[in-house]
Amino acid sequence: MSEEIITTGAERRELISFRVGEQEYCVDIMAVREIRGWSPATTLPQSPGYMRGVINLRGAVLPIMDLACRLGMPVIEPTVRSVFIVVKAGDRMIGMLVDAVSDILSITDDLVQPTPDLACDAVRSFIRGIISIDGRMISEISLDRLLPEREALAA
Amino acid sequence: MDELEAIKVTFFQECEELLADLEGGLLAMQDGNDDGDTVNAVFRAVHSIKGGAGAFGLEPLVRFAHVFETLLDAVRSNEVPSTPDLVATLLRASDVLADHVSSARGLGVVDEAVSAAMAAELKACTDPNAAPAPVAAAPVVEAPAFEAVSAAPAEVLIGADDALDDDDLGFDFQPMTITIDEQAADVAAAVGNVWTVSIRPKSDLYRKANETALLLRELARLGPIEAALDASAIPPLDQLDAEAAYATWTVRLETEEDENAIREVFEFVDGDCDLEITRGEALSPDAALAALLAGPAPAAVEAAPEPVVVTEAPVEIKAAPEPVAAAPVVEAAPAPVAAPVAPAPVAAAPAAPAAAKTQQIDVPGPGQSVIRVDPERIDRLIDLVGELVINQAMLAQRVGEYGIAPSSNLAMGLDELEQLTREIQDSVMAIRAQPVKSVFQRMPRLVREVASMTGKQARLVMDGENTEVDKTVIERLSDPITHMLRNAIDHGLESPEERKAAGKNPEGVVKLAALHRSGRIVIEVSDDGKGINRERVHSIAIKKGLISPELQLTDEEIDNLIFLPGFSTADKISDVSGRGVGMDVVKRSVQALGGRISITSRPGQGSTFTLSLPLTLAVLDGMVVDVAGETLVVPLAAIVESLRPKPEEVRPLGPVGSVLAVRDSFVPLIDVGLTLGYREASPPPTEGVVLLVEGEDGSRAALVADAIHGQRQVVIKSLEQNYQQVDGVAAATILGDGRVALILDVDAVISLRRREPPRPVEPTLIAAE
Repeated sequence: MSEEIITTGAERRELISFRVGEQEYCVDIMAVREIRGWSPATTLPQSPGYMRGVINLRGAVLPIMDLACRLGMPVIEPTVRSVFIVVKAGDRMIGMLVDAVSDILSITDDLVQPTPDLACDAVRSFIRGIISIDGRMISEISLDRLLPEREALAA
Repeated sequence: MDELEAIKVTFFQECEELLADLEGGLLAMQDGNDDGDTVNAVFRAVHSIKGGAGAFGLEPLVRFAHVFETLLDAVRSNEVPSTPDLVATLLRASDVLADHVSSARGLGVVDEAVSAAMAAELKACTDPNAAPAPVAAAPVVEAPAFEAVSAAPAEVLIGADDALDDDDLGFDFQPMTITIDEQAADVAAAVGNVWTVSIRPKSDLYRKANETALLLRELARLGPIEAALDASAIPPLDQLDAEAAYATWTVRLETEEDENAIREVFEFVDGDCDLEITRGEALSPDAALAALLAGPAPAAVEAAPEPVVVTEAPVEIKAAPEPVAAAPVVEAAPAPVAAPVAPAPVAAAPAAPAAAKTQQIDVPGPGQSVIRVDPERIDRLIDLVGELVINQAMLAQRVGEYGIAPSSNLAMGLDELEQLTREIQDSVMAIRAQPVKSVFQRMPRLVREVASMTGKQARLVMDGENTEVDKTVIERLSDPITHMLRNAIDHGLESPEERKAAGKNPEGVVKLAALHRSGRIVIEVSDDGKGINRERVHSIAIKKGLISPELQLTDEEIDNLIFLPGFSTADKISDVSGRGVGMDVVKRSVQALGGRISITSRPGQGSTFTLSLPLTLAVLDGMVVDVAGETLVVPLAAIVESLRPKPEEVRPLGPVGSVLAVRDSFVPLIDVGLTLGYREASPPPTEGVVLLVEGEDGSRAALVADAIHGQRQVVIKSLEQNYQQVDGVAAATILGDGRVALILDVDAVISLRRREPPRPVEPTLIAAE
């Protein structure tokens, strides 16, 4: 894993980038709790196709989401290199199944370009922006909307 | 938290209990049970709150409690008759008092206007003719009083140790005189009036953890005092009743204050001592002093250059009777009392005045001690035990995989470990179990308020307050119960006129009951009102588009329409219900706890809400089964029996369904794998195992699983914490192999079957190597 440093004046933040199929995505490193190797998940009934199921993360039940499927691409066939990135989204922890983790990037917000108008709504609502580095295109994932809204349980 | 804060916290906890006692007593009076004991209990509750509040200088609370207490005192002495109207006023006053307590605690604000109006009302009840009681003059016992007592044991000044050293059991206590001139010893000008106060405490005074030294101190605030102790009534030690009171004090007081001011000093010991207050010098102090100075007491006084705290040796014996009474050998008895160098026994005595005085509680008898523990510590312990259970299961499974014989030492040791683990878990859970009383006791007030807001007359009858349930459940009972009670009064009960017209008692009865039923806690809220107006409910549901008009519904189904989201029968939005939060929210929050709610109703006779919840949200006994390659846990509480169906017992019904003949009844067969979407076609039921389950509403179903692995206690893990509720799944757990298994929601599975089959989920992915 190499570390790329881009120097500009603005406030910088770090991102973890990873591969989903042939595409590159990233999330803010502050949201990432850990990265773990793939282990089989318990299937959840009545759940959308992108929910891979749940696993035991040191005593807590962690839902695993197939990021490719969530973004409307074919499901990921897990391999030994498949990992899941445990992220904090709102008050929930989820594991995102991805093909491989590639880099840690340090960027400033002026490098983030708005998401181009695309036909696919899913892509637009899950992607905050696009970062261009060394000719690579890396899309930043917006974690807030990844999980379906929890049923409101007002008291 | 400093010491005083800690005591304050305790005081507020006790206030809760006292307020509950107060309310309980008043409710008993309302039911016509106004014997002396009940009235006394009510009086004591208010009195104790006032006393404690005084110690902390909580002025508004003290003022209100004082007015309240004055009226109760009049009721107690039959000066004011206890009528239903009066009791109703007292109940409302108890609500205001509760508000004052909350406000003093920093939780909420008292509506001053309401409080003042209530106080005026109480005063009017106390004495309709006389001028209002001098509230402002209500004595406030200040905190320093407490500090002084706590310091007392350290300064037990016993001048009589010479005498006590004497082995002769026939010795007499030497009377002693103590001059308390805290304020103005050198103010020679005795210009004020001279009063003589004679105090003869009864044993009750000490039993209630009061203290003569404090009374003397309070008197000393009024002016210079001289106190003389007459200990002549104290019998020889071998005849001494350690719990009796013998001493009499005669106090010469010079003060500008009037007799009432002096009497107020004794307010808290009213009735517990013989008090005589006379003007003038009843006894010549000089003569009395001369007679009394024979004792060694002056030496003691001299030894303490600032005699702020005075504790009399004979009093200590009675105030802290245990050391004496418990001593098996009489000779040993004087030791703890007589040794000024070792005041600890006195201080440590159960009746230690310091704590008891401030809290104004009945000192618990030996063996009834209660410890207060921070709930977080218990929660942590429960979490840890949960992990232990998982770990133990994991260990057992690993050992099983090595094929170790069940009779081997290792396997037997593991069995014992399992048993121990389970016992630890049960014991830990028992620590956290609490009676539902804490929730129930808030309800009478709610009922009163809702009834007065809706103009209905309602009486709350409670049953099973001592039913115990885990704290995690208790905390979440309050909202549904509140809602159901509101609903019962607002929608269930008729107005008094309607009730009269229907030939009923104008006062409606709302019953709140708790009971244990098959490993769950059941809460029932029933009313004797008009019952559910099914036609109206049905038409509203159609009007709101919740159901289609063609649908034929049974009575029971119509009753349960009120749980549909968006359903509210209130014609007008009232303050009480109809705020857009309907029974559907109650139902969902109950379901989120793994509970059920249902309603039964009989027109003209009332309705009953039944709420059933698991006893704990921490562990569950379950049957581990295999379904389409997945491991599921079925709550044991729902399972009636398990069996392997014979071909002749399975009968097809309709195009796809089939039923199982169990003895003489037919039970619908439900393939769990199909219902949850694990597979698209069910294998013949005869190849699997059938679990006969019973839903919350009593309906039965036969769940088909592939195999049964056995019974296990599992630790409940929330799915919602990181994900959300899943239909058909109650929660998750972690099995011995470290994998997550889902806990089946039996009722949801039964009702899922009634809907169209769900679309299948993505096939289970098997991990690649």
